[in-house]
Amino acid sequence: MSQEHEHVVSYATFVTVWGVLLTLTMLLTFASKLFHEALSVWAMLFITPLKAGLVFYYFMHLKFEAPLLKGMVFTALATLVVFIGMLFLDVSFR
Amino acid sequence: MSSTVTHEAAVHRDYGGAKIGMWLFLFTEIVLFGGLFILYSAYRTKYPHEFHAAGQELNYIIGVINTVVLLTSSLSMALSITAVQKGRQRLATWLVGLTVILGALFLVNKYVEWSAKIHHGLYPNGPELLKLPPGEGLFLGLYFTMTGLHGLHVVAGMIVLSIMLVLLAKQRVHQDDYVKLENAGLYWHLVDVIWIFLLPLFYLAA
Repeated sequence: MSQEHEHVVSYATFVTVWGVLLTLTMLLTFASKLFHEALSVWAMLFITPLKAGLVFYYFMHLKFEAPLLKGMVFTALATLVVFIGMLFLDVSFR
Repeated sequence: MSSTVTHEAAVHRDYGGAKIGMWLFLFTEIVLFGGLFILYSAYRTKYPHEFHAAGQELNYIIGVINTVVLLTSSLSMALSITAVQKGRQRLATWLVGLTVILGALFLVNKYVEWSAKIHHGLYPNGPELLKLPPGEGLFLGLYFTMTGLHGLHVVAGMIVLSIMLVLLAKQRVHQDDYVKLENAGLYWHLVDVIWIFLLPLFYLAA
């Protein structure tokens, strides 16, 4: 039995994703150095998960995985987000 | 008269199971660092000004350079999977080798950065760090803990990828069986994702 049935991602796709990741890193750095603090926090909250999402989706092959694995990853990440949300609920009503 | 019977060994491989097993391990890593991110967030809301001031101790240029190094190493790792899928064994080996070299470059930057801090007495329980206000000391304590734990993961990843180099050279990882390389890659990419979060939390905090 071989793994030949697996999806082969082209070299060009990976290089494109890498280019987007570098661009987003530069955007994030400029936003944090040039913009007002509130705006740079929003840039961080938007750009950082987007970068992580691109790595998960393309580099970690999640785009081509079965729904079971996608669901498992989503559940794990959602659990972490719920805990972070609970922390902020706690600190904002103290 | 003798008859020759050939037995073909039935090899059972479970690629789906191997990948799910690796992801389950990665979830424990996500929770490990997630807990530290929650700790960071709790203290940042308590000491926002001190975190802002202590962030100026860090050189964001080094943080950005290391981000570029790790993102590029993730690219070479991803490209090595495509190469092995296409039967380009030699190219795949070179790409995994490049990934290990970029990991080493990341650690060299980290060494230079930490050495400067330690030289200035800024390390956990160090003389200069103890003189700082509590919030600033916390920021630098979290910085050493989280980037240090991440650095250990980079070392672990480099060891795993070096083993992959041997397996590639011995043809134990090849076009028809490369799930080990895929799982090693998943680990390396997760280490990259963790750094993606460490960059804004520490280096761009000022």
